Amino acid sequence: MCRRENNDLSGNDVVQSFITGSGSFPTFASLNSQLRILVLSLLPSTISDPKNLGTVLHFIYLSSGEGMGGGIRQLLEQVHRLSRRSLFRVLSMGPLPTHLAFIMDGNRRYAKKRGLEDGSGHKAGFSALMSMLQYCYELGIKYVTVYAFSIDNFRRKPEEVQSLMDLMLEKIKSLLDKESIVHEYGIRVYFIGNLGLLNDQVRAAAEEVMKATAKNSRVVLLVCVAYNSTDEIVQAVKRSCVEKADRDVERIQLVDIEENMQMSVAPEPDILIRSSGETRLSNFLLWQTGNSQLFSPDALWPEIGLRHLVWAILNFQRSHSYLEKKKKQL
Amino acid sequence: MSTIIIAFNNTDIAFNISPEPSMEAVPSSQLYYTVCLLSLHNHHNFLINQFHKRMISLRVPAPSSFNLQRLNSQALERRWRLGRDCFLSFSPSCVENRIGLGVRSTKSEMAPFTAAEEETLPEGLQPELMPKHVAVIMDGNGRWAKIQGLQPWDGHRAGVEALREIVELCGKWGIQVLTVFAFSTDNWIRPKIEIDFLLSLFERTLKSELETLAKNNVRISIIGDSSKLPKSLLEVINEVEEVTKNNTRLQLIVAVGYSGKYDVLQACRGIAQRVKDGEIDVEEIDEGLIEQELETNVTEFPYPDLLIRTSGELRVSNFLLWQLAYTELFFAQELWPDFGRNGFVEALMSFQQRQRRFGGRKS
Repeated sequence: MCRRENNDLSGNDVVQSFITGSGSFPTFASLNSQLRILVLSLLPSTISDPKNLGTVLHFIYLSSGEGMGGGIRQLLEQVHRLSRRSLFRVLSMGPLPTHLAFIMDGNRRYAKKRGLEDGSGHKAGFSALMSMLQYCYELGIKYVTVYAFSIDNFRRKPEEVQSLMDLMLEKIKSLLDKESIVHEYGIRVYFIGNLGLLNDQVRAAAEEVMKATAKNSRVVLLVCVAYNSTDEIVQAVKRSCVEKADRDVERIQLVDIEENMQMSVAPEPDILIRSSGETRLSNFLLWQTGNSQLFSPDALWPEIGLRHLVWAILNFQRSHSYLEKKKKQL
Repeated sequence: MSTIIIAFNNTDIAFNISPEPSMEAVPSSQLYYTVCLLSLHNHHNFLINQFHKRMISLRVPAPSSFNLQRLNSQALERRWRLGRDCFLSFSPSCVENRIGLGVRSTKSEMAPFTAAEEETLPEGLQPELMPKHVAVIMDGNGRWAKIQGLQPWDGHRAGVEALREIVELCGKWGIQVLTVFAFSTDNWIRPKIEIDFLLSLFERTLKSELETLAKNNVRISIIGDSSKLPKSLLEVINEVEEVTKNNTRLQLIVAVGYSGKYDVLQACRGIAQRVKDGEIDVEEIDEGLIEQELETNVTEFPYPDLLIRTSGELRVSNFLLWQLAYTELFFAQELWPDFGRNGFVEALMSFQQRQRRFGGRKS
């Protein structure tokens, strides 16, 4: 698979020029971090025979060009997947949360930081969401809730609201594709919120996705659009009043309100992660997060990565035994 | 070579001076929780033994030794104030033929707020960005007591001291409402002796602080499920609320037996009753209506701007559910008795640096 450009160059020379930086070979420093990790991991096997290293370095040099780009990227992805799997296996030795909630904050700030146009922050946010979902489901977390759009967000400029709605429509429709993450993991999708406030197209697409995934049961994704926790509570109170209208109102119990909540399809979140460093709830899951761990990393939502998730879960595991004891006492 | 024992409670005081250490003169039936011991002789070991036995029968926390090295200055001050209130504990190593200190009364020493002190905000805080309503979860008393080597109820007493300090600061700095989470519905599972102590501490503090609070124009409101509280406490609560009803400077809301879900539930019941009576229509139920029915309707600013939780726990623990929709949360690492002025200033500075957008956009 690898070609030798100059047949008279021995492995030693390649190594020398690689490390010292002379010649036409790329230097170690000029490789990106992924390739550097790969080189370092391959070093032990080639330490006995420098010629092997030369071969490897040829391979890298050539593949970092156009021809072999896809190959090396796939190889790296496999390496990442393997290391992630072993990391998750270590994490699952301890207690894992059943339900994670995310507030996806900071998309516009990210776009501004990178000097991109306004709409692209949300697109970057969507791809960050997809990778977070992938990590969560690989880890085995059954319920994931995300705060996509709040009722307060309707107060923003109409152009921004419209572009967000268009993006949502596009992404909701893409969930129905065959190769989407929904089918890969068998996700059941719920759209929670006052769907009557959305425009007809988005609402229809959302209902279609809900119907299409109704039979999946492995993992659950709850997307909160046009959602406000206070609004949810008001609707639940209305329904309880209607239900108990003819009976004794004193007998309205906590469970009556709770079963009328839209979020009753999932248990209470164990961890609530809000990106961009703000520590407030912003009218999200007020009723359900009474006993959840709150975690607010400083990274903006498109920058969020595996390390934040792992850190949140480690912190959760630390206080888990104490909380379980308290729950048993109640 | 004589031993003097002074014992007192709110109404009584008893003396006993005798060559032999003895506690017979102490009327055991009436004594409540404070006994002071002065020893002019090195009899303290024996006395403390007797003392321990007596204390247990009187339901009093026994004296315990404390490790001087582990106390920082704030904790020492806290400890001194604690001892000042009732009794001082001696450790055999630090009392050798020493005269113990006397005891002062439990009267509060909160100084009246003067107008001049109102403007002296510490450096870095801007008066126009001060929050109107601050909520505090006073967590960590038990842990503090454990670290200091005391009993849990001593931690709660230290917590009351810390609360006094914060109330003073709020009054001076123009914060208009302060809500504190004193006792949650989840706390009913604690051991009965601790609950009894907490509620009696609450009752005593209310009674002793009433005068000072009235003088300082502070209004007290109590929210929460009062059905499980003892009757004497309920009477004191009613009296305090009545007396301070018209004060305007600072409103102190104490949440006793409170839980956020319970609050929404009772609001729901109130609304359902009104619907049943025909006063309102089901379709008219909206957020404003629920806000009116919640227990925090006793104040003009029911929504806290800032919530502070001490002891490093990152949870809200079912406090003020509905009202926390847009509240800035601040989690402090210190335990509540250590929180004091420094921690409060740090929380306020952090609050003033935050950008609050309420779902919209900062243009």
